[in-house]
Amino acid sequence: MNPIRKKRLIIVLFLVFGVATAVGIALVALQQNINLFFSPTQIAEGEAPVGQRIRAGGLVVVGSVLRDESSLKVNFDMTDGARNVTVEYVGILPDLFREGQGIVAQGAMRSDGVFVAVEVLAKHDENYMPPEVQDAIDKAGHPAKTNES
Amino acid sequence: MNWTWFHKLGSPKWFYEVTSKWMFWLALITVLLLVTGLVWGLAFAPADYQQGNSYRIIFVHVPVALLAQSCYIAMAIAGAVGLIWKMKLADMAAKVSAPIGASFTFLALLTGAIWGKPTWGTWWVWDARLTSMLLLLFLYFGYMALQAAFDNETTASKASSILALVGLVNIPIIKYSVEWWNTLHQPATLTFTSKPTMAPEMLVPLLISIVGFYCFFTLAFLMRLRAEVLIRENRTQWVKKLVQNDV
Repeated sequence: MNPIRKKRLIIVLFLVFGVATAVGIALVALQQNINLFFSPTQIAEGEAPVGQRIRAGGLVVVGSVLRDESSLKVNFDMTDGARNVTVEYVGILPDLFREGQGIVAQGAMRSDGVFVAVEVLAKHDENYMPPEVQDAIDKAGHPAKTNES
Repeated sequence: MNWTWFHKLGSPKWFYEVTSKWMFWLALITVLLLVTGLVWGLAFAPADYQQGNSYRIIFVHVPVALLAQSCYIAMAIAGAVGLIWKMKLADMAAKVSAPIGASFTFLALLTGAIWGKPTWGTWWVWDARLTSMLLLLFLYFGYMALQAAFDNETTASKASSILALVGLVNIPIIKYSVEWWNTLHQPATLTFTSKPTMAPEMLVPLLISIVGFYCFFTLAFLMRLRAEVLIRENRTQWVKKLVQNDV
């Protein structure tokens, strides 16, 4: 390769890696703001502001969903495996909402530590299989849904 | 090192003649793969245990989202080759891939929104994956605008290639956004490092569909590039002769 091309190649590489480094450093600095939601552990440790509009995400604790008989009000616990947080929501839940399912809720923390949600979104996992396969896995006693970020 | 082969590859005339023989076969393979992959995936693959039939949009969403990123990488590399070796064909290749990539990005966002509504419960959410993908669309738009802003082709290519190279940083951000941050979008199903977390009877049509979409991209890219070659080389002897013979 002749020297001029070599020089231009070096400039191009410098440009790409320079920009990558700069953006990388900026993203590390903004880490917390890019996260879509707070985890139950972060909320339990008081990292989430009280009264402000935030998002919280986690798995719905199996057996914790309590539906009100006369209204659309629903209460359930959300976990990330380490800590739990109670969520209160009035409204229609997405089709994929169920116990053990990952969800992301938008709302605010009340001073008593209950998360009051105004919107509940269901997360789905990256596993795809026919229902019969899931039935077989359930029968064998290995839950397939283990991932949650 | 001998670079003659590389410079031969950059000859527009040589490129036009070689690809003439490929087009028919490439079109045939594309149609076969796309029809097989999509009909199999949309009509015959089993429903998902969790999402039922709404997961089927994956057979379009995943291929177009992959291509949106692959096309950007190809565009940036072609731009870099054009910058370093001053190769006309590389500049043309970068220029013609931008609208294709933008279309795929738009389709990825659109199919993602259609998928998001029944599964997540929302069309759009400002999580890292969706936002970085939207940024990719704007990068394509910016690239195309910059290309069009200069009358001189060399200056246009130089400026837009630099933009493409700067924007390249967004590609790993899109890819790893679901791992680095909390997002509503689920992590990747298909990875090079581990077994895909998808049942084989769904995975096979998906892979066929992905290869089919890649062939479709190559076909669209070659058609646009061939047209661009003829436009830019319209003063040369071989193009004049070709046009005369056609008429």
